[in-house]
Amino acid sequence: MSQLSQIGVDSWVVEAEERREAGRFARAFERVPREVRFGTFIVAAAVIPLLTSNEYVIRVGVDTLIFGLLALGLNVVVGFAGLLDLGYVAFFGFGAYSYALLSSDKFGVHWPAEVSLPVIVLGAAVVGLLLGLPSRRLLGDYLAIVTLFFGQAFVTFTTNGNRLTLFGHSGAVDLTSGPNGISGLDPLNFFGLHVNSIEGYFYVALITLAFVMVALHFTAESRTGRAWKALREDPLAAEAMSIPVNRLKLLAFAFGAGVAGLTGMISAAVDGAVFPDNYDIPLLITIYAMVILGGAGSLSGVILGAITINVSLEVLRDANQARWLFYSVILITLVAKMRPWSKLAAVLASLVAFGFAFHAIVGAVWPAGTKGEAAGGDVIGRAVQDWVIRPEHHAILIGNYAFVALIASVLALTLLRGLWRTVLLVPTLYLAAFVWENRLDFEPSVTRLIVLGALLIVLMNARPQGLLGTARVEIG
Amino acid sequence: VRPVARTGRILPVVNWDVFVQQLVNGLTLGSVYALIALGYSMVYGILKLLNFAHGEVYMIGAFVGYGVLTVSGGAADPMFPIWLLLSFMFIAAMIGSGVLGMVIERFAYRPLRNAPRIAPLISALGVSFFLQNTALLLFSADFRSYDTFTLDDGSLFVKGIHKGPLNISLIRIIVIVTTAALMVGLALFVSRTRLGKAMRATAYDREAAAMMGIDVDRVIVVTFFIGSALAGAAGVMVGLVFQRVYHFMGFVAGLKGFTAAVVGGIGSIPGAMLGGLVIGLAEAFSTGYLSSTFQDLIVFGILIVVLIVRPTGLLGKADIKKV
Repeated sequence: MSQLSQIGVDSWVVEAEERREAGRFARAFERVPREVRFGTFIVAAAVIPLLTSNEYVIRVGVDTLIFGLLALGLNVVVGFAGLLDLGYVAFFGFGAYSYALLSSDKFGVHWPAEVSLPVIVLGAAVVGLLLGLPSRRLLGDYLAIVTLFFGQAFVTFTTNGNRLTLFGHSGAVDLTSGPNGISGLDPLNFFGLHVNSIEGYFYVALITLAFVMVALHFTAESRTGRAWKALREDPLAAEAMSIPVNRLKLLAFAFGAGVAGLTGMISAAVDGAVFPDNYDIPLLITIYAMVILGGAGSLSGVILGAITINVSLEVLRDANQARWLFYSVILITLVAKMRPWSKLAAVLASLVAFGFAFHAIVGAVWPAGTKGEAAGGDVIGRAVQDWVIRPEHHAILIGNYAFVALIASVLALTLLRGLWRTVLLVPTLYLAAFVWENRLDFEPSVTRLIVLGALLIVLMNARPQGLLGTARVEIG
Repeated sequence: VRPVARTGRILPVVNWDVFVQQLVNGLTLGSVYALIALGYSMVYGILKLLNFAHGEVYMIGAFVGYGVLTVSGGAADPMFPIWLLLSFMFIAAMIGSGVLGMVIERFAYRPLRNAPRIAPLISALGVSFFLQNTALLLFSADFRSYDTFTLDDGSLFVKGIHKGPLNISLIRIIVIVTTAALMVGLALFVSRTRLGKAMRATAYDREAAAMMGIDVDRVIVVTFFIGSALAGAAGVMVGLVFQRVYHFMGFVAGLKGFTAAVVGGIGSIPGAMLGGLVIGLAEAFSTGYLSSTFQDLIVFGILIVVLIVRPTGLLGKADIKKV
């Protein structure tokens, strides 16, 4: 490549960033110098284990850091290069299972971490490369489904990997212990230094996260990183600028796979066990929700997304806390989105009035309709008891119909404009509270999955740039 | 392969009973995959969008069929004659799935039609996950059974063609014939009607079609309706033959339907039919002869091989990149 052609590439790439508009929040955030942000985050995270000795809190912290790592890796693929990698968790699982096979009594192999780490990271990257190759020509559309299928194949393989009897070889080989998973993994062991406590793993995860963040930051600023952004913006133009599109896509793909493999290794060591179900679609959707919520392409964004989503999902486990979260999110959304204030006040007032009136009518017509018990039942739980109706019988059935009605009502809201929208908003909010109190608050495990799915759809339609990402300005 | 020695003479290498059974199995599965693949292929042909939620539409179709069966009094004591009941189940599932497909298009894809390519794909992923878990919430994680064995005293399984090694139960004949009829109907619709012509024009070049006065939005909605309705029919078929309906059934079926569409050549309607049969037969024979746990991996292998050897599929045409 001559020096002349490189000039064109660079200026085109520089302009690629200018074609994107940052949101209000993102602009305020970006005014703080990058080093200060990074330092504050690392220091703030590092003192958490010093402030609390609550194992649960530290454990959630470790999980959040691991999710942060996963989100960073996915960000390379989705955010930097604009590829849809739906087999991402399989690489995470690959790292975890590799560590399990290399550091447990399964085959009696006990490699120290300083040896297994490069093997696992490179192995995951190579697998990623191999998977990317066949879909190279149609990368984009086909890559998505090939990787999705690959993720499924990984789960199938690990679930049935305890009786490999392909092609008539009946001497069943046990590679993965099947659905029981592999347990009793060695703790991480760097050069004889054993990590035994959850605090220790917290710092391992934090140091890894800091390292990966710095590495990704410099990669993003490098020639390769700018070329990734160029091909994300417009692959055709990038190709015309003599950027080797396919090679760079494969590189991004392998890069993401490597980070996922590294994270899988840490995660397996923290858990001390690996199970096939841990590397399935729900995890994939969770990581995608983190990246999209935070803003694909922004390093601090995806970390913010990982923290927000993982902490929210933890909160959703408890019925009382989940209720707090539910009502605060609705209130915050209304306050943030509704203008002018008078309209907001009118909606809230009529919502309260509507609820009490409805509660009174139902209580008079069908007394059993208001006698049910709320899940949890702390202060708010008892307070809403007089406002939201809670049938004593058939609550599940009624709740199910109400859920379908809620979906229809929300969809109708997106079509309406002006006064009718405000009018429909009141019963919709009440219906949401009804469904929440009667159905969703009782089923935390399903609720979190439904919320994640809905979050992806809503974000993509309403705010594809997420919290800290930059909106794409379409070029012709 | 059977042992040679026991009866003192060399038995035929091929066990015809097993072979025919797997063949029929493959045709049944192939019918289902072909119907799913058609929806993928039609939508891709027009919007260049992979509709990940398509498998979930198929799952909802199976649940609608189950609902009709339950409302009609259950398999043991239905209030309609069997043929009427089956027709109701198919029609209700097709309409239900079709409408669901239209709703998905309207709310999850249409607002993103001019967004970057990755946006509708992520939205589709969200729809798929949302529907899957909504079904989990509404119907719980239990398997529902159509209980076809008790339906009309099991006539659907007892009757049929039974001659020597040839054993095809009535229900499988119904599935294969219904699929063939739906495909002929679709082929006639696409090739003979005005709307079908508009559909082909839109698939060929959406912008040019819009300039020629074709209501592209309407064509897209109709495409989603038809594709989803076919998936709904496939859902009822699976419920009738394999009798297991659950919230997660759409995911793997969707992947295989997509593989069928790619094998046949994505965007090509006859290709989707052919691809469905290829995948169905491959899966049935690999279950029968190779491994009963890894048939998913074998289908995945086929997908990879096709993408390497012939990315345009069996009947697809190479896409010319337009600038």
